[in-house]
Amino acid sequence: MAVIIEKNTKILIQGFTGKMGTFHAEEMIKYGSNVVGGVTPGKGGQKHLDKPVFNTVKDAVKHTGATASILFVPPAFAADSAMEAADAGIKTCVAIVDGIPSHDMIRIKRYMRRYSKNEKMTLVGPNCAGIISPGKSMLGIMPGHIYKEGRVGIISRSGTLGYEAAEQMKNLGIGISTSVGIGGDPINGSSFRDIIEKFETDDETDAILMIGEIGGPQEVAAGEFAKENMKKPVIGYIAGLTAPKGRVMGHAGAIVSAYGESAVEKVELLKECGVTISKNPSVMGETVKSVIEKL
Amino acid sequence: MDIHEYQAKEILSSFGVTIPRGGIVYSPETAENKAREIGGSKWVVKAQIHSGARGKAGGVIVCNSPLEVAQATDKLLGKKLVTNQTGPQGKIVNRIYIEEATDIEKELYLGLVFDRSSESIMVVASTEGGMSVEEIAKEKPESIIRSKIEVAVGIQSFQARELAFGLGIEPELIRRASETIVGCAKAFSELDATMVEVNPLVISKQKQILALDCKMSFDNNAMFRRDKVSELRDKTQEDDKEVYASDRGLNYVSLDGNIGNIINGAGLAMASMDMIKLAGGEPANFLDVGGGATPEKIVKAFRLITMDKKVKVILVNIFAGINRCDWVAEGIVQALKKIEIKVPLVIRLAGTNVEKGNKILRDSKLNYIEANTLEDAANKAVAALKK
Repeated sequence: MAVIIEKNTKILIQGFTGKMGTFHAEEMIKYGSNVVGGVTPGKGGQKHLDKPVFNTVKDAVKHTGATASILFVPPAFAADSAMEAADAGIKTCVAIVDGIPSHDMIRIKRYMRRYSKNEKMTLVGPNCAGIISPGKSMLGIMPGHIYKEGRVGIISRSGTLGYEAAEQMKNLGIGISTSVGIGGDPINGSSFRDIIEKFETDDETDAILMIGEIGGPQEVAAGEFAKENMKKPVIGYIAGLTAPKGRVMGHAGAIVSAYGESAVEKVELLKECGVTISKNPSVMGETVKSVIEKL
Repeated sequence: MDIHEYQAKEILSSFGVTIPRGGIVYSPETAENKAREIGGSKWVVKAQIHSGARGKAGGVIVCNSPLEVAQATDKLLGKKLVTNQTGPQGKIVNRIYIEEATDIEKELYLGLVFDRSSESIMVVASTEGGMSVEEIAKEKPESIIRSKIEVAVGIQSFQARELAFGLGIEPELIRRASETIVGCAKAFSELDATMVEVNPLVISKQKQILALDCKMSFDNNAMFRRDKVSELRDKTQEDDKEVYASDRGLNYVSLDGNIGNIINGAGLAMASMDMIKLAGGEPANFLDVGGGATPEKIVKAFRLITMDKKVKVILVNIFAGINRCDWVAEGIVQALKKIEIKVPLVIRLAGTNVEKGNKILRDSKLNYIEANTLEDAANKAVAALKK
C-alpha cells in the first residue's frame, strides 16, 4: 500500500464550487482520484461536477464515507476548515492555500491535540502542492503526468522544485512511490520528520529524497531521525546557498535556532546524519540514481 | 512587516508597558516645542528607521536644551543612515522621535518570537540588555533564560514572574516587571506579531521599569484582519523595487549581482540562484512569480526586472505544471511585445508541453537564448554576461 493515500481513498473537496476547487477537482478526477463530493456551506443538496455538495464536512463524511479532503478555501477561513475536517473524522487533509497566518496554524495544531494518535488527522501543507501516489491517486495540484510510478519517496517544501526533481527522475527512468509537498510556511501541518517516518514503514518505498531550503529546524530534525531510526537511504537537497541572511528569517528568531538554518549549515548537519547530498538542483535525479543503484 | 520604534512603543504602551515620555516630529521647527511639551532637562533625539544599531550609526543624539533638540533633529532629518543592518545604501530618516532621557540603573533584554521547533511563542530574556541578541548568545549565553507560551491559554502570571525573578529583579519591582512581560506577550498574540523585542528594557534610578527601545514585526499573511497595524507600514523604509513587487503579488528580494531572475516557485527560484552562483555568476534578485506563472504576473515581472539598472542578463526559468509551457510561452511573447528588453535573455521552460512552448518562442522571432536544463540555463546566462 502507498503511504497516506490509496488508489480508492475517498476524497472531499472543501471549497468545492469555487474556481480553484472546481478546476483542481476536475484535474484530480481526470487523474483517477476517487473524488466523492465536496463541501460549500450554503450549497448543500446541489450537484457539482456530478458529485454531491454538502453544507458541512460532517454531513459529507456521513453520506460518502470520505477519509481525505483537500482545502481550496481562502486563507482567512482555512484554519476553520482544517479544524472542521479534523472534527469530522477526516484522516488526511491537504491545505493548498498560501497565506494562512502563523498564529492560525499554531491554533490548528493545538486543536488537533484533543485527538488520540490513532484518531488524529494528518494535515499536509499549507502552501503546498499536495500528495501524489503515481498511478494510484492524486490529492493535490501537481501535473500528474510528470510522476512515473516507482519506489522512491519525495518530500518537498517547494512545489515547482519538487516537480523539477520528479521530471529529472522520470528522464532517468526512476519512478516515485509517493510525493508529498509539505509546503513553504514556517509552521506546517506535517514536517519532514513526520513524513519520512511514514516512508520508512512503507513497503513500496526503497529510498527517500528530501528537498529542503533555508530556515527552520525541520530538515535536520528529519536527518537526525533517519540516523537513529531508519534503514532506508535518504538523499537531500537544500535550496538557498545564495540566499542573504536575515531576509527571510526574523531577527530575534536567530537566537532560538541560530545555528543550522542556513543552507551550508543544513548540508553539513545532514551529511553528519548520513544523508547523501545532491550538490546542486540539476543533479537531484542523478544523485537518487547513484544511491538506489547500490541497493 | 516592520514598524518604527515609536509605533511599537505606542502599541506596547496600550498593553500596559511603561515607556518614557516622548513624541514624534517631522521638522526641526516643531522639535523645539515638542521638547518643551515633554518637559525635563535632557532629551534623546532618535532617528526613526527600520533598523537596529542606530546609536552606533549616529542616529541617536542626547541633547541638553530644546535648542539642541532642534539642531539634532535638523541634522538627522532627510539623512540616509547606514547601520550594520541596512546595507551600504542606508535608510532615509523622515521621522524623529524625541524622548525624555532616562537615568538607567540596569539594562535588560526581552524578546518574543515564534519557536519553529516547539511551534509555540518563545520568550527570551537576559540580564545583558543593550547588546544585540546575537551578541548576547555569543558572549553571555549563560545569561539567557527562556519560557514557552502555550498559545491556547496565553502567557500565565507565574511564567512572567519566573522570568522576572530569573533576571534578578528586586522583589518590589517584580509585579511591574511581570506586567511588562505579560503586556508584550499579549501584544504578540493579539496583533499577529512575529517578533516583539524590547532592548533594552531598563530599570531606572527612579525604580521604574521602562521599554527604552522597541521593535515589532508582524505576519504579512495576517494583515487582512489587522487594519490598524497595516496602516503603520512605511514604504519609504523599503526597497523601491520590493515595494513595487509586493504591491503586485510578486515575491521579490533585491540582491547585489547582475543576472536578473524570473522564476515560478520560491524553492525553484532559490535553486536557480544557487545554479547561477555555481556557474560563476551573481543573481541580481530573487523573484517568484507564483507557481501558476500567469501572463499578467510575467508582464509585471519583466517590468520589475527592467527597472533594475544593474541587470545585465535576464534568466527566465519556468516549470509549467497544469499551466502548460505553451500557455506560459504565449505569456512571455505577449509580455515582450509590451516591454523592451535591451540585455541578453535566457529562457528555460520545463514540464507540461515543453516542446510546444519552445516552438512558440522560436517562431515568435524573439531575440533570446534557449536553455534546456537548470544547469544549461545558468551556464548560458553567465556566458551571455561575458560577451
